[in-house]
Order: sequence, then structure tokens, then C-alpha cells
Amino acid sequence: MSSADLPLHASVEVPPAISWTDRLHGWVATVDHKRLGVLYVASGLVFLLVGGSQASMMRMQLFYAGNDLLSPEVFNRFFTVHGTSMVFFVGMPLVIGIANYLLPLMIGARDMAFPRLNAWGFWMFLFGALLFYFSYVGADGLYGAGTAPDVGWFAYSPLTGKAFSRGNSTDYWVLGILVAGFGSISAAINMIATTLTMRCRGMTLGRMPLFVWMMLVVSWLILVAMGPLTAAQVMLLFDRFLGAHFFDTQAGGDAVLWQHFFWFFGHPEVYILIIPGFAYASEIIPVFSRKVIFGYPVMVAATCAIGLLSLGVWAHHMFVVGLGKGVTSWFVVATMLVGVPTGIKIFNWIGTIYGGKLHFRVPMLFCTAFLFQFLIAGLTGIMLAAAPFDWQLSDSYFVVAHFHYVLIGGLVFTIFAAIYYWFPKVTGRMLSERLGRWHFWLFVVGFQLTFTTMHAQGLLGMPRRIYTYSADRNWEIWNQITTTGVLFQALGIAVFVCAIFHALRRGEPAGDDPWNAWTLEWSTSSPPPEYNFAEEPEVKSRRPLWDLKHPDDPDWRHE
Amino acid sequence: MSATAATGGFVPGDRGRVGMACLIFTESAFFSIFLVAYLFYIGKSATGPQPAQVLDLPVLATVCLLSSSGTIAVALKSLGSGHIARFLVAWGLTIALGVAFLGFTAQEWQRLITVDGLTLRTNLFGTTFYSLVGFHAAHVLLGVLMMTSVALLALTGRVNSEHAPRVELVGWYWHFVDAVWLAVLTVVYVLGR
Repeated sequence: MSSADLPLHASVEVPPAISWTDRLHGWVATVDHKRLGVLYVASGLVFLLVGGSQASMMRMQLFYAGNDLLSPEVFNRFFTVHGTSMVFFVGMPLVIGIANYLLPLMIGARDMAFPRLNAWGFWMFLFGALLFYFSYVGADGLYGAGTAPDVGWFAYSPLTGKAFSRGNSTDYWVLGILVAGFGSISAAINMIATTLTMRCRGMTLGRMPLFVWMMLVVSWLILVAMGPLTAAQVMLLFDRFLGAHFFDTQAGGDAVLWQHFFWFFGHPEVYILIIPGFAYASEIIPVFSRKVIFGYPVMVAATCAIGLLSLGVWAHHMFVVGLGKGVTSWFVVATMLVGVPTGIKIFNWIGTIYGGKLHFRVPMLFCTAFLFQFLIAGLTGIMLAAAPFDWQLSDSYFVVAHFHYVLIGGLVFTIFAAIYYWFPKVTGRMLSERLGRWHFWLFVVGFQLTFTTMHAQGLLGMPRRIYTYSADRNWEIWNQITTTGVLFQALGIAVFVCAIFHALRRGEPAGDDPWNAWTLEWSTSSPPPEYNFAEEPEVKSRRPLWDLKHPDDPDWRHE
Repeated sequence: MSATAATGGFVPGDRGRVGMACLIFTESAFFSIFLVAYLFYIGKSATGPQPAQVLDLPVLATVCLLSSSGTIAVALKSLGSGHIARFLVAWGLTIALGVAFLGFTAQEWQRLITVDGLTLRTNLFGTTFYSLVGFHAAHVLLGVLMMTSVALLALTGRVNSEHAPRVELVGWYWHFVDAVWLAVLTVVYVLGR
């Protein structure tokens, strides 16, 4: 498909011999957005394995009624560390890392706007995560009480007060997230500045790839949401260390205020994680349907609408608190409204697929599963948005099923799609199609077994976060199916890990543009040189590579 | 910003502007949570002292901080037109006004702590007051430190008009600190009493 740039490859293929210390130094001291992107994604994947192992242990505990594999204390720590890790140390670095790698390439830039800030952000994230995990050995405090945090990933007050969370485990939760949060904020600032000031000639806002648009909205949400989270965490630290009373109910403090502050961050955070999933799907689906994205301006508008509406829905996490009729009604309506732009996006992806010449390569497989699963996730979301329904099912496995459908069925599937799609660009080698298919089918079967059945457990009344249950509740068979699904998912992940190492060692060389794609990152070599583009590209349409490949019928005539 | 973006006519300094604007935006979100907490807890302290008993309107401090926004504007204008001496005077005046503001805050805190017995631990008022006003003061301090660094560089002759776009960002930050003070003043000293 591609036939240019041969001299570039020759220079890339023969690296001079460098010692491993030099190489390590190169990675640690790097300010290159591509290397930082790889570091982000690699550490995110490592934490994915860690968080997944915790989930697997919890599922093994729940396999039998009355099982005693894990003690209640260990179980509490596992679901706390699992939830926190998956959101802050898996989701965030993966979406930030992928954007970090691709965003400058997609807009034809040399690097991010602030390369050193970029490196700082990565190390803040990594050390935040390590600080959090250090709690397993370091959180004993003076009391010998507790190791890892066990207050749940949203750490409701007053459970986090000094009186109820003794020792330092909760402090590690606060500080780990606080430090990593500074990293996220710096990444968001960087992405916005890069997008607004460093686009190549001709790359107007209306010609940016949807990926860039969506990461712009994600960055905006990070700025809106992370500041408040930082503030709330600081308040909690003041309560715990300085004797302040923000969430101290004994002195008139309000525990519900913490919930408001946390979810004012927490709900935008969901969109911070899922909009990048939309971004990957919006790049991948058109390429494997051999069509332009259907309704580009509407997609942009819908993303912006989500970026605004998602700020006004946080209290739907708190319906059971009892917010009063007026407030509850507002949050019901606002939550259902978010369904509209999200629904528009699903229709646009279907519109892109419709009538296209479909190539079901691995990235497209993951995107197709994403469409189905994310639709179900959205539908259960609408169900839970109805306050009376939520009163019945809040904090049940139905909710667990819903948000795992969003974050795994939506985000993780599209992240896998993105990794299969862009891995050739990053490494110059293709991931094995055969292993990829194994990965996909094992994972999709495992995902369905695990999380579809969780809806049933929720409807049967099983609360989330219980470490065991009695046999007479008739939940055992559902839990056993759920846990069986974990086995399939774990096998899928194992195949994925094998596929990566296989590709790194003897993957098929990818060439510059293995998918015959249209965005700028495919116009440079694989992997791209440190300077990205030998000369600054100039674009005339949303699909610059289409214009290059089809000078007889370029896009800019039709846009 | 978008008008120039459409033509792709950005000059390199602009990335700093966008970055600073974003930082100010997320800092505003940070402060708004402390403001909300303060508003939410007005009148809910279980014990005294109450704001009306111990808080006085900080007129002098406000005058200092607000006028420093004027002096920094003069300083930036002078730097842009190459009048380094005038820049240094106005810049130094801004620093002095910032330091004076911090002095007034310190004086207020000292009285509150030693005379009125109000600390972060006393009640909800103390908790929300010291954290909100304290975070603002910390930002003033940071601004003073940034301006002092620029002043030191300028005194050694390393700042001239070509650095104006960068120094301007310090000015943006300073105006932001000023704006936050207006919000704090309204909430703590006007609504809260």
C-alpha cells in the first residue's frame, strides 16, 4: 500500500550499539511525547494486570456461598484497591498515554506544547500509583491497623474520618490519587495547548481528526473535574491530619457534602474515561468500513454536548441519600439528556458502517463488540437514571454490571482495538491476527459470562461489596457463571500478552500505513522518527492521506 | 483565540497563554469547591466564635491587592515598550503590595488565633475560613515568589522587552489571584458575616 520513504527506514533499522544503562537513561530522562506515551500505556497495562488479579481473587472468593478464601478485611482492601487502580492507574494512563502518543502526530506537530511538563506529568502519575500501592507495606501507621485502604474507591465520609479509618491506609489513598491527579491536570493542559496552538498548516478545527476533538473535550473535563477532586482530597487530609471538621459529623460537618464533591468529580471522570473510547472507535470504524465518518460535525457537537451535560448529572450516584423531589427530578432529567448525544454517536457509527466495505480485522472486531456492549451499558444507564428504579437497585450487582459494561465493554474493548490498530505505528510490527482473534473471542465470551450475569444477581438483590453470601439466597449459580467468565477473560489477556511479546520479537514488519488509513500519523514512518515529520505537513481536508492517494478525487472538493 | 486558530497564524508564545489560561481555569474549579464549602457551612458551627464576632472587613488588605493589579499592568506595559527602569519600579511596587497583603493576613490570623481563640480545629467556621483564606494567601505567596524571581532576573539585566509575552503570564496569574480575592471577600467578609 505504501511505497515511499525508503531511506528513512534504512536509518531506523540499524541502531548503533548502546548499553542498557544508556537506554534506561534515555527512557527515564525522555521528554519525547512518543516515549512518554509508551511509558504511560505500558504502566497502565501493568496496573491492569494487577487490578485484574485482585478482581479474579474476589471472584474466586464469591464462587461458593460461605467461602473463606479471602477474609472480609482482605476483600474490602481488594475492592478498594481494584476500583481505585482501574480508574486512576489504568484508565487514566491508558487514555492519556494513547493521546500523548497520537495527538501531536495527528495534527502534524513536532511534540506536545510542553514536553518537560509532559514528562513531569507521567512521573507524577507513576509515583502517585506507587505511593498508593506502597500502602500494602507502609500504611500500618502507629496503630498497627490496616494495610491497604479499605474504604471503597469513592471513600465515603464519615468512614474516612480519623475515628473510623485508623492508621494511614486512607492517607495513602488520598495522597496517591492527589499526586496522580496533578499528573492528569498537567496532561490536560498540555493536550489543550498542543491542540490549540500547534496544528500544522491547513489543520483547521473543522479538519481535525475526531480523536483530537474528543481528547480536547476530555482535557476540558479533566480541568473541570480534577480541581474539585483535589480540593476535596485536601479537605479530607485537613480533617485527618489537622483536626478540621469538613466531613466531621460530630462537629456539624456534613458527610453528604463529600459525596457531592466526590461525584462532581466522579461523574465527569466516567466521561473522561469513555470519550477516549469513542475517539478510538471514531478513527477505527471508518478505516475498516472504507468510508468517511458519518456526520463529522454532529459527532463534534455531540461530544461537546456530553462535555457540558456530564457536569450536571453527578447526584444520580446519590439518589438513595434522599435528595428531595426537586433535586432528584433535575438529576433524573439531566442524566437522561446525556443519553441523547451518546445515542447520536452510536447512530453515527452505525451510519458509518452502513453500506461500507467492512474488513473485520482485530481492531474492527473489538469496535463491533464495543457498539453492542456500549449500547447495553447505555440502556442500563438510562434504567438507573430513573430514580425509583435506582432506589431499588443502587449498590447492587446491577450497578456493578452497568459500570463494568461501560468501562470494560466500552473502554477496555476500544483500548484493545486501539492497541491492535496503532501498535504497528508504534513498533513497526504487526500484532498477530490469529492471536488477536483468540484474544478477542476469549475476551468477549468471558466478558459476557461475567458481566451479563451480574445484572441477574443485582435484580435478585445481591449487594455489591459483600465478601460472601449464604447459600439460601440462590445467588450461587449466578456467581459461579460470573467467576467462570473471569477464567475466559484471563485467558484472553494471557493471549494478548503473548501476542505483544510475539510481535515485538518476530512480528511481521508493518510499513508506514498497514491499514490504508487516512490520518496524518500514517504518513510518517513506523515507528516515527523523533522529529515526527521530516517536513511540516499541510492538509486540505479531514483525510489528508486520502488526498495524497487519490489526487484525482481528493476529499477537499467535497467537504 | 479561535479567530487566529482558524487561520493557523499562531506565534510560539501563545502556547504559554493557553497553558496559563488552563491552569487558571482548573485552579478556579479548585477554589470554587472551597467557596461552596464555606457557603454551605455558614451558620452551622456548633460552637463559637462566629464570623460576625471576630471578622473585620479587611479594607487595607483589599486596597493593597486590588491596586497591585493596576501596578502590574503598568509594569507589563512598560516592559513591552522597553522601559526597564519604569518596569522595575512598578514591578517592585506590585511585590510590595502583595507582601503588604500577606502582612495584613498574618496580622488578622495572629489576632484570631491568640485573642479570639479561633483555629482550624475550633469549629466549622475556623475549618472553612483558614482553608479558604489560607489557600488564597498561599497563591499570593506563590505569585510574590514568581514576581521576585522575575525581579531578580531583571535587576541582573536579563529581562527585556522580548520577554514581555512570558512575563505577561505572571501578570495573568496575579490578576487571577486578585479575582479570587474578590470572591473570597464577598463570601467570607460580606455574605458570611
